[in-house]
Amino acid sequence: MKYMLLIYENDDERVDKMDERMPTCAAYAEAMVKAGIYVCGERLRAVSSTTSVRVSDGAARVVDGPYAESKEQLGGFHVIDVPDLDAALQWAARCPSASRGVVEVRPIWPT
Amino acid sequence: MARRSYGRLIALLASRDRDIGGAEDALADAFAAALRDWPGAGVPGNPEAWLLTVARRRLIDAARRRHTAEEAAAHLRLAAEELDAPDAGSSGEDERLLLMFACAHPAIDPSLRAPLILQTILGFDAAAIASAFLVSPATMGQRLVRAKRKIRDAGIPFQLPDQGELAGRLEAVLDAIYAAFAEGWSDPAVVGGLADDAIWLGRHVASRLPGEAEALGLLSLMLHARARRDARRGADGSYVPLAEQDPARWDGAMIEEAEALLSQASRLPGTGRYQLEAAVQSVHAARRSAGVSDWRAILALYDALLRMTASPVVAVNRAVALAECEGAGAGLAALDALALERRLEAYQPFWAARAELLARARDAAGAGAAYTRAIGLETDPAVRAFLERRRRALAG
Repeated sequence: MKYMLLIYENDDERVDKMDERMPTCAAYAEAMVKAGIYVCGERLRAVSSTTSVRVSDGAARVVDGPYAESKEQLGGFHVIDVPDLDAALQWAARCPSASRGVVEVRPIWPT
Repeated sequence: MARRSYGRLIALLASRDRDIGGAEDALADAFAAALRDWPGAGVPGNPEAWLLTVARRRLIDAARRRHTAEEAAAHLRLAAEELDAPDAGSSGEDERLLLMFACAHPAIDPSLRAPLILQTILGFDAAAIASAFLVSPATMGQRLVRAKRKIRDAGIPFQLPDQGELAGRLEAVLDAIYAAFAEGWSDPAVVGGLADDAIWLGRHVASRLPGEAEALGLLSLMLHARARRDARRGADGSYVPLAEQDPARWDGAMIEEAEALLSQASRLPGTGRYQLEAAVQSVHAARRSAGVSDWRAILALYDALLRMTASPVVAVNRAVALAECEGAGAGLAALDALALERRLEAYQPFWAARAELLARARDAAGAGAAYTRAIGLETDPAVRAFLERRRRALAG
């Protein structure tokens, strides 16, 4: 079953410490690859480079910034393919960002 | 109410019908009644007896609603007798042990036994238990409800197993207690006193079954580990592995108690996994006086443990002990053999041990790669930081 791990943490700190933390994040991703469960994943640019689009009454509204103003922002994601939710939670707990922010674990709708 | 009393009351309430869910509901009602009545009327002299009486009445009411008239009559008569003599009869100590045996019954899924015991004996809620075992709270809640239903409907007995079966069934109870201990071990701040709760459960079993060597062995094992917990963290919260711990920071009195238990166990018939594990800890603890660890003794104990259990933890620890006795090469060979037998891509202790031994064998590239894997598989940030320091040290 596929799950997306959505990584939420303080964005300023994430971007500031990106170089320092990359080796640890890379180790985590590599562990998932070697375990044969990794599908894909990406790092997202700083929230300051985000733009939001909403269409209402047929008109598009474009706003600078993310969908929600919150302390923790989405900074990246991984998609993994594991037997069940317990396995997905185990992997989520290993994400280095889990000790700084929150890792959301969402099952992916099967096609 | 003290966590520990909770289990006694649940055990007393559940023992006749084996209906743990019903007992929990009845006791919850009694708590609600207490919150309503006690502020005005004052706390009764014996609050537990009060709660027990109210909860029993609730159970009788529920039974009355459920049963036909004739079934109810017999049931209600028994229940009324209990109500009339609340102070006579059991204090719940024995019932609590029986409840633990019921929770660890072979018919209950092994992965649920520790959660069940934590909920029914210690009153933990499903969310707390789910966090400890890294499972979704909703899932844990459902699984617990189903397990309690199974105990009730399948007629799982609240009974001490027959002498012939006791050791085997006790092992399941001990395994469940140890599982709770292991989850509560890594960071006391994260799951609170779960390790201490497991020790309390271990003490309870050992006190009711003092002739069972493995019960004493498990308690000894947990106390040994607990005695060293403070030494496991540096002043800055960093992780300190066993080899680098200062024995002065170990709890000497607790170690003495653990040693006494192990000694007592050795005078009883039967050996087992927990006594062997406790003996390993005992050898490590002897570093207090000897200054060094007797790795030959540790290796011999792990050899014996490996014959007894196919556990990967034991196999990895044995390889490390082998390395201490015969060099990194021998330990690495043992690890490689292990990797051939079973899937270890996601088993952190294997990679951490491999990294250490490769570093000792001066294979910096291999050690670096192994440290990287171990880092990627570790959940505790303090241990991750420790592994990262070790990896950086390779370059220098």
